Amino acid sequence: MVIVYIDQADHQIKKSSLEAMSYGAALAKQLGCEVAALVLGTVQDNLADLGKNGAQKVYHLKNESLNTLDVKVHSSLIATAAKNVNANVVVFAHNINGKAIAPAVSVKLEAGIVTGASSLPNTENGFVVTKTVFSGKAFASIQIETPNKVIAINQNSFGIVNYDHNAIVEELNIPIPASSIKITKVEKVEGEIPLTEASLVVSGGRGLKGPEHWGILLDLAKSLGAATACSRPVSDSDWRPHHEHVGQTGIQIAPNLYIAIGISGAIQHLAGVNRSKTIVVINKDPEAPFFKAADYGVVGDAFEVVPTLTKAILKMKSTA
Amino acid sequence: MKILVCISKTPDTTAKIAFTEGNTKFDENGVQWIINPYDEWYALVRAIELKEKDPSTIIHLVTVGTADAEPIIRKALALGGDEAIRINSNSNDSFFVAKQLATVAKEGNYDLIFTGKETIDYNSASIGSMLSALLDMPFVSLANKFDCDGNTATVRREIEGGEETCEVNLPVVISCQKGMAEQRIPNMRGIMAARTKPLKVLEPFEASATTSIKKFDTPPAKSGVKLIDPANMDELVRLLKEEAKVI
Ligand SMILES: Cc1cc2nc3c(=O)[nH]c(=O)nc-3n(C[C@H](O)[C@H](O)[C@H](O)COP(=O)(O)OP(=O)(O)OC[C@H]3O[C@@H](n4cnc5c(N)ncnc54)[C@H](O)[C@@H]3O)c2cc1C
Ligand SMILES: Nc1ncnc2c1ncn2[C@@H]1O[C@H](COP(=O)(O)O)[C@@H](O)[C@H]1O
Repeated sequence: MVIVYIDQADHQIKKSSLEAMSYGAALAKQLGCEVAALVLGTVQDNLADLGKNGAQKVYHLKNESLNTLDVKVHSSLIATAAKNVNANVVVFAHNINGKAIAPAVSVKLEAGIVTGASSLPNTENGFVVTKTVFSGKAFASIQIETPNKVIAINQNSFGIVNYDHNAIVEELNIPIPASSIKITKVEKVEGEIPLTEASLVVSGGRGLKGPEHWGILLDLAKSLGAATACSRPVSDSDWRPHHEHVGQTGIQIAPNLYIAIGISGAIQHLAGVNRSKTIVVINKDPEAPFFKAADYGVVGDAFEVVPTLTKAILKMKSTA
Repeated sequence: MKILVCISKTPDTTAKIAFTEGNTKFDENGVQWIINPYDEWYALVRAIELKEKDPSTIIHLVTVGTADAEPIIRKALALGGDEAIRINSNSNDSFFVAKQLATVAKEGNYDLIFTGKETIDYNSASIGSMLSALLDMPFVSLANKFDCDGNTATVRREIEGGEETCEVNLPVVISCQKGMAEQRIPNMRGIMAARTKPLKVLEPFEASATTSIKKFDTPPAKSGVKLIDPANMDELVRLLKEEAKVI
């Protein structure tokens, strides 16, 4: 059986977990086995609805204390649940929590693991999972050699699939170990779309000259309902908050649309964004390296192009 | 307090990426190696800062790597740290590497184990979490602030859509990222001192690999950028909607 760990934040199931669910369902079909979801903690969502993303069954360990992450607790519960239901493949979303928990689960299940997987495994001859490596400059095909397997699927790599059935929900009864981590403060960024979950991202670089010019970028993001990002020097100079920094040393994202404004396209920046489906580059220098990685390019001054683009989007939205 | 910092090497980001032996091996010929930035800038420097506050702190560095990891571990020693251990193996399998590190960690009885958030070549982000499972210690990932008072660590970590501060008792495994510390450059005194600091080389401990790399492929090049007249943003919007279908 394939079991998919369903991750939540603020009592809501994450989009990346629905992708993982769809991935797990497709994998189970390929392997000719059953697929279930595993939910820890309390969520607002109707769990039977996970059937719509492919789950046949949902195992639920309902306990408030599991709403915050303690890797030691979560990994032991997931490993125990997997053993109890005879799951030999465990799927995670390669998001903040999945990255923290999945490797510990793999140790507990003596399972080989591939994190950041980009597609379904090839199971014709073994079990080979593909992921991007070397900052997007190559793919590696990695064979998992153990009977148990753990896969963490990259966000935005596998689309959510819709099925027309409901899942059967079963409450699990596993004793919950005491947590060793005490949360003393939570700071949420209000109202913003989390970068790693966003399907549209507008990003700015040093070409915008200073924080006082970010208004045009924010207007564009607002017109699209996009999240905002920036290059490293921009966050290093505190023009924008650190959590917006994308690239090799920042966050790696793969949205459907990435609009880069006044960013030169250094290799370390590209490492964080080159898996985006469509890349638009706005830069006044036609020689900027970013154009080589772009699908659409506009050679021009951001201070003129960006407001024009925002207007065009608003016009399209009002007539659509 | 005893701290173990896990140091890995990674190709310089501007290195040309090529493969040999029928695209099954990364071609290391002429590759310039650097310390994985998260290990150097955040994990190691934060450990050094803790030692500067409390000079009784002992810092050990550990790397799993063959002889070409020597300059990397020496450079790390030049930044700071008291001793280094190199386990002589070039395995790519995270479990194998974690098992090596866990064996060293057990023997050394460390209060604190720092790793980077991930290596920038394979981006596994696995070693810290695996170590915590192998050592049965708590794990705090993606830490961007760390302080310690007696036996209690206060850690700020990234969570979905924000940050969270937590308290956890030592010993603990922490994966470090931006915010933990300010990047430093080794000075002449550090470089000289590093030459005489102990660097122990151990043969790998018994452990089996759970994965193996079968082949590498390079992605197809983009078909080329479509340039749009800056005066005609309606056309860009149309393309994004009708051709790319992303808005
Ligand atoms: C180990 C290492 C790790 C790194 N990690 C990262 C990382 O994670 N993320 C990251 O982003 N960088 C990273 N960097 C830095 C990276 O190498 C570049 O220096 C950085 O990305 C450049 O940022 P930028 O494009 O905003 O600025 P610049 O390179 O200064 O580019 C500004 C661009 O704006 C254009 N421009 C100027 N004025 C206008 C205008 N009016 N209208 C339109 N365009 C205009 C210019 O033509 C230029 O192309 C890393 C570097 C190293 C060595
Ligand atoms: N070969 C290695 N030797 C020592 N530490 C390592 C090694 N590989 C990874 N690490 C540590 O584990 C962290 C995460 O690496 P990874 O899980 O491989 O992405 C790195 O930032 C290092 O701190």
